Amino acid sequence: MFSLSRKDLVALAVFSVVVLTMPIWLAPLGASYPGLMQKFAIYAIFAIGFNILFGLTGYLSFGHAAFLGVGSYTTVWAFKLLSMDVLPAMVFAVIVSGVFALVIGYFSLRRTGIYFSILTLAFAQMSYSLAYSVLTPITNGETGLLLARNDPRYLDAIFGAQADVAGLPQPTLIGNSVSGYTGFYLCAVILILAFYLSQKIFASPFGMALRGIKSNQTRMNYTGFNTRPYTLAAFVISGMFAGLAGALLSITDPLAGAERMKWTESGNVVLMTILGGVGTLFGPVIGAWLIKYFENIFSAINTNMLNNAFSFLPDGVQGFVVTVLSKFVGEGWQLTLGLMFVLIVVFLPGGLVEGFHRFMARLRRRKEAPERVSSTQPAE
Amino acid sequence: MNVFLAQLLNGLDKGGAYALIALGLTLVFGTLGVVNFAHGALFMLGCFCAVTFRYLITLETVTVDPEKLSPWGAPVEIRTPLVQNWFGDFGAILVDYSVPISILLAVPVMLLIGIAMERGIIKHFYKRSHAEQILVTFGLAIVLQEIVKSFFGANPIPQPIPTDLRGAADIGVWFGMAPHVLTYPWWRLIYLLFSGLVIGGVFAFLQFTTFGMVVRAGMADRETVGLMGIDIDRRFTVVFGLAAVVAGVAGVMYTPLLAPNYHLGMDFLVLSFVVVVVGGMGSLSGAVAAGFLLGILQSFASMTEVKSLIPGIDQVIIYLVAVIILLVRPRGLMGRRGIMES
Repeated sequence: MFSLSRKDLVALAVFSVVVLTMPIWLAPLGASYPGLMQKFAIYAIFAIGFNILFGLTGYLSFGHAAFLGVGSYTTVWAFKLLSMDVLPAMVFAVIVSGVFALVIGYFSLRRTGIYFSILTLAFAQMSYSLAYSVLTPITNGETGLLLARNDPRYLDAIFGAQADVAGLPQPTLIGNSVSGYTGFYLCAVILILAFYLSQKIFASPFGMALRGIKSNQTRMNYTGFNTRPYTLAAFVISGMFAGLAGALLSITDPLAGAERMKWTESGNVVLMTILGGVGTLFGPVIGAWLIKYFENIFSAINTNMLNNAFSFLPDGVQGFVVTVLSKFVGEGWQLTLGLMFVLIVVFLPGGLVEGFHRFMARLRRRKEAPERVSSTQPAE
Repeated sequence: MNVFLAQLLNGLDKGGAYALIALGLTLVFGTLGVVNFAHGALFMLGCFCAVTFRYLITLETVTVDPEKLSPWGAPVEIRTPLVQNWFGDFGAILVDYSVPISILLAVPVMLLIGIAMERGIIKHFYKRSHAEQILVTFGLAIVLQEIVKSFFGANPIPQPIPTDLRGAADIGVWFGMAPHVLTYPWWRLIYLLFSGLVIGGVFAFLQFTTFGMVVRAGMADRETVGLMGIDIDRRFTVVFGLAAVVAGVAGVMYTPLLAPNYHLGMDFLVLSFVVVVVGGMGSLSGAVAAGFLLGILQSFASMTEVKSLIPGIDQVIIYLVAVIILLVRPRGLMGRRGIMES
């Protein structure tokens, strides 16, 4: 049951090493602080989950942020009502977002193509608007859901584990604080687990069926295959992944706001998956990392840094270059993101992973090329 | 009854905006078969045509009048717009009516932008899947709105209504009611008429011109039209430009009602997609009807009586309607059989 093919095992091993050594190899890139690496891990989980739906079944959901938000809210509520330990919180977040996904998926999956996208978008926007307005008792509206010192925390009370610290209680993992690097390694381990799970799903008959649905749903139906339970299962699983990611967001920073449900966030996860490569194992992870990296690094660059970087140029040219480039960094980093996005979809529809494969194939061909030339010449 | 009428009217101007955007979206979808997520951005660009025009026309000279002193003793700076220097009173009128006049700027600009967009990017996506079309236009929308943000900043830039058109029309009197029973702001009334005019214009264009006939034929059966020796691609490019113009002028006229900011397009896009889907993908009259319908529904849902009955309904009504229509009648209100129906 836990076995993997040889190729997948190697992939998993490589992936684990890459994830766990993040603090080392990200240091030269200037991104090796825990807060950012946690984000890397969390959004990678989100994208992996999204890829199980979009990559395997081809159903483009534009409302996945709803599950991220539900996961976040559930986690904070679990902290408030049950215990400050992260395990029950995560379990609850996954279950609740799974149920939520079941309901939304049950309705949305009645339609395909653009109608499915619009339905998921409509559901997500409804959740977002309601979280801001009517559901304020649950979501605390615009302020966002916060922990309070006098929350009941019944489980903690029963076990007498009520933390007696000054200030707000902090989330813990079986008594250990999950701030800083501990938090990162928690997210990293869960990311590796999520990756393993997605490998299992990709390799399973279930994953095969999902791919069949993507390539031709009608034919699947005609061969006597009831596709609905499969797509629904994929939708729920991917919603659970999103819920888990939301839970981790709340664990690393116990504050849940409705803006996590906004449709731009849903668009973001689509971007991540596409950028990396839809339907591949590594693609979504790479996409998520790149986008989060750009978001953090590009948005931190300011004109002073640009001026320093281009100080070798003559004055007028320097001024011009800096003015142009400053539109693409700092506040305007999303412009870079959008451009990157358009270019990728236009020139590299399979995302970076496919680009890499093409590149490798070209290299290989170039190596073989001389032989082929000599072998084809006599034929003419 | 009067409350009912007032809400109906309130819904109509918003519905007009929805209908105009949805009309363009449907036009593009019906002709090119492209799901254009950048259409909201075109609306936003239209808004900023008005902003740009106003900026240009209010460029001013500052002269210091040494004889007059302000209360704290500094010489008074007199600012006069350049156009007022050049044209006198006519210039002042130009400044006052900057919003409607900027349509003259918006039409060619939007036409150019639309054609450039279609020729530059969208034409490569006719044969690709809808998902990829959504993605590339979504990226395009981000680029457009970020460019606008870098030029105009992130804050909304309010545009004034021309002085003569401020205030409200006492509509009730026209229908024989007592004065002040039913009033409606002039500009909203104008917007309503304007949207009706544009919609009528587009329909007339498609119905009564040869060009429109070819386009309609192309919508029905692109291949046959091509076989008859008509360069349908070129016609469709113009249609894309037309859709951009419609979205643009809808934006221009909407600026006094809602101060434009760079992400305005995205906000309207989601709504107008819902409108298109409710009306039926590919059905022009459906898009218009659904636009007005949803605008009216939204305005009724924001009545306090309704809100106290079903809390939060004003926030979700449009999406709720969309969900119900999609589940019950997937091809929308007036969609043709077989268009993206599954």
